[in-house]
Amino acid sequence: MISVSALPLDALTTVGAVLVEAIILYVGYGVLTSAVGSRVTAALTDQ
Amino acid sequence: MIEAFLSAGMALPAMFVAFGLLIGILFGFFGMGGSFLVTPALLVMGYPSRVAVGSGLAFVFGTAVIATLKHRDLGQVDYKLGVSMIVGTTIGIEVGKEMVVYLEELGLAGSVISVIYVGLLGGIGLFVSYEALKGRGGGVDHDAADAEVDPDDIPDIAKKIQSYRLPPMLTLRGGVQVSLWMILAVAFATGLLSGLLGVGGGFIRMPALFYLIGVPVPIAVGTDLFEIVFSGGIGSLLYAQLGAVNLNIVVPLLAGSALGARVGSAATSLVDEEGIKIYFGLMLLGGAVAVAIQEAGKYFQLPWAQEISLLLIVASAVMVAGAVVVSSIRAIQARDNGTATTVAD
Repeated sequence: MISVSALPLDALTTVGAVLVEAIILYVGYGVLTSAVGSRVTAALTDQ
Repeated sequence: MIEAFLSAGMALPAMFVAFGLLIGILFGFFGMGGSFLVTPALLVMGYPSRVAVGSGLAFVFGTAVIATLKHRDLGQVDYKLGVSMIVGTTIGIEVGKEMVVYLEELGLAGSVISVIYVGLLGGIGLFVSYEALKGRGGGVDHDAADAEVDPDDIPDIAKKIQSYRLPPMLTLRGGVQVSLWMILAVAFATGLLSGLLGVGGGFIRMPALFYLIGVPVPIAVGTDLFEIVFSGGIGSLLYAQLGAVNLNIVVPLLAGSALGARVGSAATSLVDEEGIKIYFGLMLLGGAVAVAIQEAGKYFQLPWAQEISLLLIVASAVMVAGAVVVSSIRAIQARDNGTATTVAD
């Protein structure tokens, strides 16, 4: 059995942590995509 | 071998990020199916059933939040329908969770969930492969999801269900009138599936909203995502109360998935979904075979079965996600050269 113990957080905190992570990822990757997306496309086109 | 690899510090989070990236590409491109592989993969890796289901649900919750944030401005959510479904969904999830707990006490949870997964993945995999070979759709059609649906396109079975005037009746967007009891029944069934299997239930709910209730496809897609936020959130909370949501799994999975979903959704404008759908069907079949091998390995005490199963799941996801990415790169290059390509080679 693989044993990776769950972090000792209560239920609401656990679900809240997932919610906060999702919002941060949505905003963060949105900024990242708008910043480097066109450069990636250009790099692929140049190959 | 797997245990030795996974116990090596950052190897486990890195593996979950990479797996999440693959899942995200699939979810972003096909609009469904990504979470199918998470719970089976966790089961194959040896996590207890409730941890595999609970963590799978938390992952689905996070993914749905991100997808709903993207769709919130498209006006494709029927909030009245979504909120009406919450009661049925919640009861369904609770019943599903109690079934998992009861089956665990009997020592049957892993086997029963695995058998259901084999049937579900195998059935849907066969259906999608068949539809792809026949040159028809299957799954979520991105173009159809953005188009208006003629009221005449409402399936006959939905018209039949709408003809039952069991009060209270709800008027949904597009003027569709349907009994609240039918909405609750659909919500309960999909909630039960979520609580039992750790999936969002969208692959059942979205077609059910269209075929059984008659909700236009674009609204069905948006409302389904909105509903998954609640079913995933409620399910996560219920399993978290059992200490069965493992953030060591969910956090890296979600980080990879969110990036992959952006890649996958960007690819939809570059690559024809129909050209890759056969791979998607084969991937689901691969997942079904993997879970079957895992169960057979436990039964016949075959030590190599776990590793073969995990390899098969990962290889299936890599194959399809790879097809999406490679086809997208070729499409970009072809577009730059003034030629069009729409089919994955």
